[in-house]
Amino acid sequence: MTTTAVIDAATPVVRALCDTIDPIVISGADTHGDVGNPVAAARIATVSIASGVVAYDPDDMTVTVLAGTTVGEVRALLGEHGQEVTLDPRSDTATVGGTIAAGLSGVRRLRHGPIRDTVLEVRIVDGRATIIKGGGPVVKNVTGYDIPRLFVGSLGTLGAIVQVTLRCRPSAPVRAWYRVERDATGAAALAEALYRPSSVLWDGAGLHVLLEGHAEDLTAQAMAAGLGHADVGEHAPELPDAAHRGRISVPASRAVDVGHALGALDGVHWTAELGVGTIHVACDTAAALGAARAVAERHDGWLLREAGGDGIDGFGTAIPNRALAARVKAAFDPDGRFAPGRIPQ
Amino acid sequence: MRDGQAAAVCFPRDGDEVAACVRAARRHGVPFVARGSGTGLAGGATPVDEPLVIVTTRMNRLLDVDAASRVAVVEPGVLNLDLSRAVAGLGLHYAPDPSSQQACTIGGNVATNAGGPHCLASGVTSAHVLAVEVVLADGTVAQFGGLAPDTPGYDLRGVFVGSEGTMGIATRVTVRLTPNAPVVRTMLLDFMSIEDAAATVSGIIAAGLIPAALEMMDAEITRAVEDFVGAGFPRDAAAVLLVEVDGLTGGVAAEVDMVDRVGRAHGARHVRIARDDAERELLWKGRKSAFGAIARIAPDYYLHDAVVPRTKLVDVLRTVYSVAAEQQLTMMNVFHAGDGNLHPLIVFDGREPGVWERVHDAGSRILGACIDAGGVLSGEHGVGLEKRDLMSLQFSADDLEAQGRLVDAFDPDGVANPRKVLPAGARCGEVVASRASVPDGAWI
Repeated sequence: MTTTAVIDAATPVVRALCDTIDPIVISGADTHGDVGNPVAAARIATVSIASGVVAYDPDDMTVTVLAGTTVGEVRALLGEHGQEVTLDPRSDTATVGGTIAAGLSGVRRLRHGPIRDTVLEVRIVDGRATIIKGGGPVVKNVTGYDIPRLFVGSLGTLGAIVQVTLRCRPSAPVRAWYRVERDATGAAALAEALYRPSSVLWDGAGLHVLLEGHAEDLTAQAMAAGLGHADVGEHAPELPDAAHRGRISVPASRAVDVGHALGALDGVHWTAELGVGTIHVACDTAAALGAARAVAERHDGWLLREAGGDGIDGFGTAIPNRALAARVKAAFDPDGRFAPGRIPQ
Repeated sequence: MRDGQAAAVCFPRDGDEVAACVRAARRHGVPFVARGSGTGLAGGATPVDEPLVIVTTRMNRLLDVDAASRVAVVEPGVLNLDLSRAVAGLGLHYAPDPSSQQACTIGGNVATNAGGPHCLASGVTSAHVLAVEVVLADGTVAQFGGLAPDTPGYDLRGVFVGSEGTMGIATRVTVRLTPNAPVVRTMLLDFMSIEDAAATVSGIIAAGLIPAALEMMDAEITRAVEDFVGAGFPRDAAAVLLVEVDGLTGGVAAEVDMVDRVGRAHGARHVRIARDDAERELLWKGRKSAFGAIARIAPDYYLHDAVVPRTKLVDVLRTVYSVAAEQQLTMMNVFHAGDGNLHPLIVFDGREPGVWERVHDAGSRILGACIDAGGVLSGEHGVGLEKRDLMSLQFSADDLEAQGRLVDAFDPDGVANPRKVLPAGARCGEVVASRASVPDGAWI
């Protein structure tokens, strides 16, 4: 049954679909607006989705929010009950809807998995101005097709995400970021020596490792892995930032090689998530971002443009299964009203 | 509905042969359905509309294991437990562990997005499949996903997992392997009431612990299992909880202590910790043999699969037992208590006159109660044939049409395992010409 909250939140989208012919772009906190390709249109109807916590049940480990709710607000609410969700955008001002639509996982993916494993249910408005529900409100569900996963990373091209139900989990009792200097071999060895670290970030010279769990285990692990003399802190390291940013995705085994290759380029700042294969890249020029992409493609990967990079394509590599993807897009948005061109077809 | 009929059955040996089988089916105007070991419980592989049945059991090779990257590539006919056994020497295992893992195939697991007791903490199949090579309904081959953490465009891999054979046939599956935990502790708690056991489950979760596994069995199932396996399950308990915690020494010790405290605070009579691997395996054998143990009690059973929010578990269980009592049916319950996934088991003798109607009625009412409590129709078995016509309990007509359009994008002609998952009318061009409905003498 569709609730009043969902209907109200969906109304501006329905209005935009019915009252204009302009392409529709959902705008939240404008944190992910440049991810991928720009929308191919001279005029755009920008619509925002309301914010608000619809339901939170710590005992059921689920939280349901309207898509305009910020990640920071969710973090604060869940924090009161010692819980969290696996949404780690660069900025907590990002909306839940925007973070999911962008599909960019945070640096704790190594332990907690990608964003797509967090979304249990979505309520969306499709290109026919119809409210559709996909997934289910509980932590275990295989009923019907996995529309939630389809919407993660869809960059607003399949419809407007209006409400989501997310999987919560208990926060670890203790967490600590360890920082040591390590070269490639040392970094790889250290990562291997740890049991389920939450994050292993390497920038060519230094390693930042996040361990989460019980205090005595953290101490024992750190000792055993040679982190005994590391600088220890609470806060995650800053990811590289510059006008032209992107995210490289390669098989995890290639991450170190990619790091070396990026290190040889001018104006490219990078941090690699070892064990995952994501490398965060920030460049002083658009051309440098292009060069970083070339490195990614030489290592069985690709680079997604996240910001800046004028003249650089959002995806670079050919989108796989184009014909099928186009049919999937048409299934939800037959008239191409939602963010046309954001993902090339 | 329980039996199906095939036009023909084939056993391809590799992806090329699967594609050839699909193309052959197309040429003859016949639908197709893939089948692994046939352990599915929702009728997902039951042949409907006289399809070509494409059996994957001869495609059972482990193609590659990359221990450093913790990735394996397998053919769809590889058995779930065989995969874990094959990588055990590397200190790795494949995490999704359905009870049928000795018999079920990875391809089948992909089709149903299979779960298992250890999915509570580690996630279901979709979280462990990195990529699939698929033969689509038109006989072409596609790759979904990859070794890189993200692939450009839509997560077609994520959509394909759990699509129950209606989007194509997986011919190669790339999976993530999980490192074995250094320390594992398995505990058996027994209670004098189901409410106490359920309250313990809630208490454990509320205390901030997600165990590696958290399973509940009621009195009847516990007795059946004990008669069968002799693992020392108490035959006079109203309910038992099997709890497993794993990780590092300190964390495990703290978690064992917490489970013990929460259990005793909710009336646990005994809290037993398995002393060694042998005892641990015996406890799990007990749990995983639950459905087999039923055979000693009655010749037939109907196993249900539904999910309710954990907090509604006790209320729904009361309804489940009262529905069984009203229909004068024997009911047992075993479930993945940690994630609210119930498996009510109706045990009966199919030869008894009128019993099937009572069994089906009880089933529908149980599922209705689960949906009303805010749950879903299927936690892990899938919709298949069994729950297809109940989908409207959970989804609106608009929702079902949207899902229909999504499947149509993959299979416009409706030839991949037709009439499964979605009820009639959800898909475009629903009228699939069944050979049985073509008049005699007609030539297609």
